[in-house]
Amino acid sequence: MNAIELKHVSFNRGNRVIFKDVTMQIPQGKVTAILGPSGTGKTTLLKLMTGQEVPLSGEVKVLNTSVPNLKTKALLALRRKMGFLFQSGALLTDLNVFENVAFPLREQTQLSEGLIQNLVAMKLQAVGLRNAAKLMPSELSGGMARRVALARAIALEPEIIMYDEPFTGQDPISMGVLVKLIRELTDSMGLTSVVVSHDVAEVLSIADHVVILSDGCVIAQGTPAELEASGSDWVKQFLHGNPDGPVPFHMPGQHYSEDLVAQ
Amino acid sequence: MIKLIERIGRSTIAMTESLGRASLFLWMILVGLNTFVARVSDVTRQLFNTGVLSLPIIMVSGLFVGMVLALQGYNTLKDFGAEDALGVMVALSMVRELGPVVAALLFAGRAGSSLTAEIGLMKTTEQLSALEMMAVNPVHRVVMPRFVAAIVALPLLTLIFMSIGMLGAHLVGVVWLGVDAGAFWGQIERSVDWHEDILNGMLKSIAFAFAVAWIALYQGYESIPTSEGVGRSTTRTVVQASLWILGLDFVLTALMFN
Repeated sequence: MNAIELKHVSFNRGNRVIFKDVTMQIPQGKVTAILGPSGTGKTTLLKLMTGQEVPLSGEVKVLNTSVPNLKTKALLALRRKMGFLFQSGALLTDLNVFENVAFPLREQTQLSEGLIQNLVAMKLQAVGLRNAAKLMPSELSGGMARRVALARAIALEPEIIMYDEPFTGQDPISMGVLVKLIRELTDSMGLTSVVVSHDVAEVLSIADHVVILSDGCVIAQGTPAELEASGSDWVKQFLHGNPDGPVPFHMPGQHYSEDLVAQ
Repeated sequence: MIKLIERIGRSTIAMTESLGRASLFLWMILVGLNTFVARVSDVTRQLFNTGVLSLPIIMVSGLFVGMVLALQGYNTLKDFGAEDALGVMVALSMVRELGPVVAALLFAGRAGSSLTAEIGLMKTTEQLSALEMMAVNPVHRVVMPRFVAAIVALPLLTLIFMSIGMLGAHLVGVVWLGVDAGAFWGQIERSVDWHEDILNGMLKSIAFAFAVAWIALYQGYESIPTSEGVGRSTTRTVVQASLWILGLDFVLTALMFN
């Protein structure tokens, strides 16, 4: 069963084509990695799934609900079933760690203060930062901020959680912690995880399903093993980080010899 | 010639579009007022940020403006032997014009720029998107409390500006230059009208607060999420808000006192 389905989705930003006829499925209860070079619109794809952007054409279905046609109230109700980890963490800078994690609980539920305190402690314990509850976001390292944001994203126990470039700028230890947390939270909470990234090795180590995007199209999808065995030059270049191949080292344009001045 | 017409047309369309977006933004804030009760603590926090933190600049400026007015007024009135009218001259200038206008200009520079920069940075660091993703309307959580706080804070700051200004005028006029204290305060009491002067001054202040808050919050919310974009929006807030204050002041003065 699929948690998210995109069928023939096209999306433009101004005159620039971002997606043309993208079709993909994100299976329920699995970790799905969306890979692709910078600027391919991976974050935009997440925004289409969360209803922050509307496609030009095609269908975006999340939990069997068509997202682009939703009215504001229904969209907000759907978002309560989704968690989103932003690249920067996006913690509210005027609230401390505890209040950041408690924020969605206070906004979206009528739980008692005691219950909120216990739930926040549990979420912070899950990401290993229960003892950082009183710190302000400015006192956290980048990795800690993302873990707090992760605790906040799971506060309402969503069905789907989306990670936008969770490993960017992380040291190896923080990266290892995040990789472990994504896998463990998916398994223990029965979540559907969508990880957008270009850190191939880390993502492939935890992904059950992989989608590779380039030039506004899905160029390959399948399990990590299927992609490793793929004969596509493009997939090989991307997975192994080769500097030259279908994506050329030199930007296409006029020939080098034409730029050299004759002596 | 056609290029000139094209350029005028393009900037007219852009201006109309911007005005439309700003009006829609204001409408969203006004709709957000129905969440006021749930956001009282946010409003209180913003009252501290915009109001209490603006107090030092308002108080010091008020003191100096009052002192300078008294000094200049005394030198002019002395030539006509009308030094006793110093109090009423300063009071009317303060209550009708200088209090609301100068306090609003200072408020636009101190609190308006800070509101724009804060919201612009929240946009840059994806905090507004994070709120949307948590099914929380950022206009209700971030913008509305700041809007209400600004509209409450500026009239209060204006009253403080006027009061401290009168104190400054008393220090220069009565304590330093020797104007009779009874005449100074007595004439103020007789000549300054509660409705005509003080209430109208406060109405001006509320109108200025509305304009500054609207401009500052809209500029922050619509800023391009880069350091350069936030910087430009902050500058636009101070420039636009100052011009709106002065323009509104003329219109309101014409309506109230003409």
